[in-house]
Amino acid sequence: MDAIFFWLLAAGTVLASVGVIFQRNPMHSVVLLIASFCALSGLYVLLGAPFVAAIQIIIYAGAIMVLFLFVVMLLNVPTEDPVHGYHARLLGGAGPRRFGAVLSLLFAVQLFLVLRTLQMTPLPTDAQQPPSTVYDIGLRLFRDYAFAFEATSVLILVAMVGAIVLARREPR
Amino acid sequence: MLPDPTLNAYLLLSAVLFAIGTAGVFLRRNLITILLSVEIMLNAVNLTFVAVDRFRGVVDGQIIVFFVMTVAAAEAAVGLAIIIALFRHKESLNPDAFTSLKW
Repeated sequence: MDAIFFWLLAAGTVLASVGVIFQRNPMHSVVLLIASFCALSGLYVLLGAPFVAAIQIIIYAGAIMVLFLFVVMLLNVPTEDPVHGYHARLLGGAGPRRFGAVLSLLFAVQLFLVLRTLQMTPLPTDAQQPPSTVYDIGLRLFRDYAFAFEATSVLILVAMVGAIVLARREPR
Repeated sequence: MLPDPTLNAYLLLSAVLFAIGTAGVFLRRNLITILLSVEIMLNAVNLTFVAVDRFRGVVDGQIIVFFVMTVAAAEAAVGLAIIIALFRHKESLNPDAFTSLKW
């Protein structure tokens, strides 16, 4: 049963992510990415991490992606500039672009080869290892990671001020 | 019958997602899509953290995922603010339009 869900959700995540890359309209890209995140949160449930699954939906799909949607609508740039001739080909265009495409392909092949050499390691089942609860995570977060947690709050404050300063229209 | 998912299956899925994100960053010519590709890469890393967590029977990886998400939120806010500021100057989202350091 788990196997069917895993392969379905994995296929959904990969297909939606490929869709994000190949969409010309940024609006469609954002919506596809939300679909990809929902499938990923299903995978987190399979992995026995309901807390991460919940914040994946609430924070990622809910908050961050809505922020992206706002900006796409605000800027009103429905499609990417069309490209012609040499630049339209997948591996055409400027040097860095072609270099990057080859590099990312190389990276994928390399990761595949490395992960293939690992021996197949089965994951523990729910009976062997019950799903982690929010209680466990909260205890660890506020005891061992308390400093990192406080530092994160400063980071968010700085990001908030920075975003306001950057996006503000300069008074003339 | 489909094989049961192993740790390798999760790691491979994560690697595929990361490669898709990398390809997106290099191939697309739209700043918003590039930021979305970075989000795909961050999520690939999150999946690795949770899968290894499950394998080892600890929750530290899930806490790291929590921090990664906060950093992603901060990155998205600042990145989108920069995109808005750039769009005001050039009326374009093509990264090739922003080649001068001063305008």
